[in-house]
Amino acid sequence: MDIFIQQLFNGLTIGSVYSLVALGLTLVYGILHIPNFAHGALYMLGGYVTLTMMVYLGVNYWISILISIITIGILSVLMDRLVFHPLRKSTPIQHKVAAIGMLLFLEALAQLIWGADYRQMPTPYGQVIQFADVTLTVQRLIIVVAAIAVMILLYLFLKKTFMGASILAMAQNREGASLVGINTNKVAVITFFIAGTLAAIGASLTSPINLVFPGMGHLVILKAFVIIIIGGMGSIPGAILGGYILGFSESIGATYISSDYKDIIAFVLLIVILSIKPQGIFAKGGV
Amino acid sequence: MAVVNKKGLLFVLILLAIIFPLIVPNQYYIHILTLAFIWTIAVYGLNLLSGYTGYLSLAHAGFFAIGAYSLGLLTVKVELNYWLAFMLSPIITCIIGVMIGLIALRTKEHFFAIYTLCVGYIIYLIIDKWDSLTGGVRGLIGIPAPADIGFISLSTPLSQYYFVFIILLLVIFTVYRIVHSLTGRSFTAIRNSEPLAQSLGISPMRNKLTSFVLSTFYAGLAGALYASFIRFIGPEIAYTTITFDLLTYMIVGGIGTLSGPLIGTLLIVWLSQNLQFLQDYRMLIFGPLLTLIIIFAPGGISGTFLQWRARRKEKQRINMTTMKKQA
Repeated sequence: MDIFIQQLFNGLTIGSVYSLVALGLTLVYGILHIPNFAHGALYMLGGYVTLTMMVYLGVNYWISILISIITIGILSVLMDRLVFHPLRKSTPIQHKVAAIGMLLFLEALAQLIWGADYRQMPTPYGQVIQFADVTLTVQRLIIVVAAIAVMILLYLFLKKTFMGASILAMAQNREGASLVGINTNKVAVITFFIAGTLAAIGASLTSPINLVFPGMGHLVILKAFVIIIIGGMGSIPGAILGGYILGFSESIGATYISSDYKDIIAFVLLIVILSIKPQGIFAKGGV
Repeated sequence: MAVVNKKGLLFVLILLAIIFPLIVPNQYYIHILTLAFIWTIAVYGLNLLSGYTGYLSLAHAGFFAIGAYSLGLLTVKVELNYWLAFMLSPIITCIIGVMIGLIALRTKEHFFAIYTLCVGYIIYLIIDKWDSLTGGVRGLIGIPAPADIGFISLSTPLSQYYFVFIILLLVIFTVYRIVHSLTGRSFTAIRNSEPLAQSLGISPMRNKLTSFVLSTFYAGLAGALYASFIRFIGPEIAYTTITFDLLTYMIVGGIGTLSGPLIGTLLIVWLSQNLQFLQDYRMLIFGPLLTLIIIFAPGGISGTFLQWRARRKEKQRINMTTMKKQA
């Protein structure tokens, strides 16, 4: 039973990070219908920027995260303006290839700057807490709390501000949003900024318990895609729920089935879902 | 006139490829070119599905690896006759391709790309983790080179070069025939508009599956050649890096064109050789190149050239008619 609760907590930790990354992906997909394969590279760079700030420049953990958020947010916006904006009238295959091109570039860039080594990010919160029978590190607790706080902030932004409502409007109906005078360019920029921000937060939070390396975005982005397909492409509650579902299934699967194959769980889940419902569950209308 | 020119050009290219090892008797270049031919075969497979049928598959490194591992396992572990194993490898790839295709092709566009990306990853994970069968990360060593055919020995790099070249010619020829057949036209119809194709009486599922399986056949064939040429395979040949390499070759050369895969692969392999000092960082150049091409010249080299020629012809035609009118 202790192991089970412990694993539930681990699932909550991983799930929080998955949800953050999937949220950015789903926001971008919702308004522009682009599956941004380069989102994983943004996640990876987010980890590196925080690492560099902390280790090489000795900046405080939270300020490092803030710098990372701003850097990756701007990078994400640049990607939209330079790559996706010029492609807005082209075929879906072109979006995907362009995104893959950016992914390859950013990964090579990270390798050039930081090398191919696996790096460990130090954490100021390495303490261990014993809570009943469950052992947890403060860092993991921070991940869960911070992720939930970010999600609440995002929710408030989307529901309570004009800009947030514009994003939701554009996700619902792009032409309709243009017709009522919403500046779609501005919405795209803000959305890409938020997506980059979320990726940077996810990476910065999880890096102290995982490792930082150029390929760290590969698995995360694939899983984020699985999550948003499970939760419905473009759906925000779906991304959050999907993230936690995947987090729990992985941590429980790793303990009770096989830790070697735990990464496969997500993909098997996806294959099963897409085999039964080719449009994903909770799909809104057509593709 | 144009046909003669095309045939003449083809003839010159074939001749050039045949005499290349004689002009450049450098083992290293022959090795690189042989490898480039093998990649080209895989890219032709990818192009048939993504270029002509409009379904971007990101699992092709996986199918390539299935072909390679089939040959490796059949020759090393089962100790089957080489040529039998060589025939069986693409067929095994096809069978797995049918099973995956049947499910994957129910999805469309982005879902298909994501689905196949995940399939590719699963293939990689299985090869990597199934230690007892595939040797896991250590890979599979000691795969035999192609066995002799009668008196012809296929163990020297030069003979292997010609062997791979002949197979490449066969591949290009079959792709040419497929593309210009009714089936090939159906593929293009599906790419242009699936509902329209369906209303014309083309069965989308059957044609898409045909395209998918054919494309896995070429990937498997390329994999089998790769295994017997390099004679060592590891799980990394199934990784997304290889898929993205194949994609780069295809996009640069020209997606949905017959000459694209050949031009793209040879060009990028040649460039990579000249950019050796970049090593792992070559994507610093090829990544943006891929993005720039897709933004400014989505047809790649071949497509852009064909478009330019078509436009020039159109202009000439207009000039001719106006001249006639004036006269």
